[in-house]
Amino acid sequence: MTRAVAVDQMFVTLNHALVAYVPAVWRPLASAVLGVVTVMVVFLTLFALTVLLERKGLGRMQNRYGPNRVGPWGILQPVADGIKAIIKEDVVPQSADHAVHFLAPVLIVVAAFLNYAVIPVGRGMALTDLNAGVLFFFAISSMVELGVFMAGWASRSKYSLFGAMRAIAQMISYEVPMLLAATATVMVAGTLSTTRIVEMQATYTGQIPHWFVLTPWGFTGFCLFMVAATAESNRSPFDLPEGESEIVAGYFIEYSGFKFALFFIGEYLGMMATSAMAITLFLGGWSAPLACLQWFPTWGWFFVKLVALLCGFIWMRGTLPRLRMDQLMNFSWKFLLPMTLVNLVATGLWRFLPVGWERWLICGALVVVPYALLGRSINWQGRKVAVRRYRYAE
Amino acid sequence: MTIGFLILAIVTMAGVVAAMSMRHLIHCVLALTLGFAGLAMLYLQLEAQFVGLTQLLVYVGGVAILAVFAIMTTHSSEPVARPGTSYWLGGCVVATAVFILLAHAIEKSGVGARTMPAAPVGGVKEIGVALMSGYILPLEIVGLLLTAALVGAVVVATGEGSGKR
Amino acid sequence: MLGRGIVEGMLETARNFLGSYVSRERLTTVQYPEERLAHIENARSFPFLVYDGADWQAGMRCVSCQICEKECPPKCIYIEKSVDKKPDAVGRPQNYPKVFNIDVSVCMSCQICVEVCPFDAIKMDVEYELGAHDRFGGLLLDKQRLSKSNEYYHRIHPTEAAAVDAALAEERAKMQAKQQAAAAAAAAKAAAPVAATPSAAIPSAPATEGKA
Repeated sequence: MTRAVAVDQMFVTLNHALVAYVPAVWRPLASAVLGVVTVMVVFLTLFALTVLLERKGLGRMQNRYGPNRVGPWGILQPVADGIKAIIKEDVVPQSADHAVHFLAPVLIVVAAFLNYAVIPVGRGMALTDLNAGVLFFFAISSMVELGVFMAGWASRSKYSLFGAMRAIAQMISYEVPMLLAATATVMVAGTLSTTRIVEMQATYTGQIPHWFVLTPWGFTGFCLFMVAATAESNRSPFDLPEGESEIVAGYFIEYSGFKFALFFIGEYLGMMATSAMAITLFLGGWSAPLACLQWFPTWGWFFVKLVALLCGFIWMRGTLPRLRMDQLMNFSWKFLLPMTLVNLVATGLWRFLPVGWERWLICGALVVVPYALLGRSINWQGRKVAVRRYRYAE
Repeated sequence: MTIGFLILAIVTMAGVVAAMSMRHLIHCVLALTLGFAGLAMLYLQLEAQFVGLTQLLVYVGGVAILAVFAIMTTHSSEPVARPGTSYWLGGCVVATAVFILLAHAIEKSGVGARTMPAAPVGGVKEIGVALMSGYILPLEIVGLLLTAALVGAVVVATGEGSGKR
Repeated sequence: MLGRGIVEGMLETARNFLGSYVSRERLTTVQYPEERLAHIENARSFPFLVYDGADWQAGMRCVSCQICEKECPPKCIYIEKSVDKKPDAVGRPQNYPKVFNIDVSVCMSCQICVEVCPFDAIKMDVEYELGAHDRFGGLLLDKQRLSKSNEYYHRIHPTEAAAVDAALAEERAKMQAKQQAAAAAAAAKAAAPVAATPSAAIPSAPATEGKA
């Protein structure tokens, strides 16, 4: 078992060994810098992997090959995309606000990277152990909206301004269900610290772990959180801001070259960060799914779960058509928000009922019945879908 | 007076001064947001994690967005002409006089001679417990106020729509 | 119930994804430079000149009548008639084109030149990989590049080529019959009045040959 522990703590010991070369005054700074550089390198590599996975996966789902020319089976495609983005000419409109236009993608990428500071990637491998880690995560996520506005405003183009307004409206409306879904976990765990939440889920009864997703309120919270996270990072089927750019314009239509690539880096990093937070809050962070599988290093389990969630995102993108703006808003305020409030009540009941099958029944019914009722009432103000009769064409 | 505090103070002051003196309204709002972020960092430096992060969440993520939405939808974005500056000498004299008066008053009152109390152990848990036990009435009243504001906004919005029709 | 459509959709895409690895006929992609789709018989891209036999200059069917040059809507054909004559596909001596250029950057593949040609000399090719490095000269095809053999024509448009060959063979047979009849008549005429007016018979024989 000690060999598994050594592999598991490999990066922590490596960090200590490297930092020991530095004089004692600079050691905390050196340790922090090393951690930051590692996070950036790892998640940028994961971004490249996601780009490749997405293009090949979407291709196969649509009955075609993905890109397969660049390397064997197309694995060097992200490198080709990166080179293309770097060597493209950087076109800035003449009437654009140059300072704000430049700072918008910077703000988005900085906020996206800051999110990873509180995610425990392995046992003892969180960059910082903040007392209010979950709150830090949501505070930084709300900075992305400002970046989106800056991008849309600075381009001085009517279409990019409208795209930015819609994007911000979407992100704000979906932030509320995301926060409330996460609050359920915070209620049960009794702490806002991400490392403590994961440690609470890393215990086992027999072979089954105590992940929060394996409870009725946890499963509902996980689904609500993932739907809200899809909308927060402007992913399909909620990609109206960026899908609009194919039709009219979006908030980054005036960007070209590497700044355009930076927007995509920001979007994918946001997607990965919210997946990482969902894993931390609901899926047990770095803990193994069965007690007998604990020999696999904890950071390995974290990345397996992260890649699984990313594949889920790609699967949803390949399946669902885009939602309209009014459908989007209705869905958030009339369905997700009431469901999160019902979920909070169910969580509270779960916390205070005695352990047994009664609490499963009560909490499960409390979650399923509003879901069915709300789902029925969301059919667009009671309009029935009927067969259309065409008066002139028949 | 650590180096961190100095840097954060300079950043906050720069943001706020820029917010007052920039020509373009959106630039003012963005500089003000920088001031908000600087304030949040100052709170975090004082180990008040909850307040600092809530400052970020509410001010940068809420109030700043509200301000930019208001500016965007009212199109009041053209840079204003610089107003006449013929009274700047009198303004400087008045500002200096007020500053001397206030500095004298503060120094005389003996605020600077107090000892700093030890920082209270105020994590998120303690704040939550205090809100739910000692400060429950202010919490409920603030909730009522926010609900009234929300209901009023909905009424105003739908009232306008049906009124137009 | 809300969500049922989403789940059904996701199962369908999962089936697509896994099925694409298992069964080859799900992926209808043609990997272009390595595989190519076969063309249908009526496909057309740009015109080419047909020649019979092995020598492209001697067997060229085009007699430089310039009808296709006049009928071409975007005027992409340029022809210069030769001064001397050579026998055409049927056997008669005709002019031939000294210069025959088609600018394929102008040609719109309307096939009017093929429809109006009385000599079945110009037909539509199916080759589309005509990319050039020179924007103007590289897309101007000259007489030699445009000449392709009758066997090639049979390969790309078999039914059409068979019909054209049958028509040409019929004309050749008629021409040969006519020539034989004219030779027999000339021989008969030459044999009959050779005793009466030997000077009048000689000029008449070359005159009839020239007219036919």
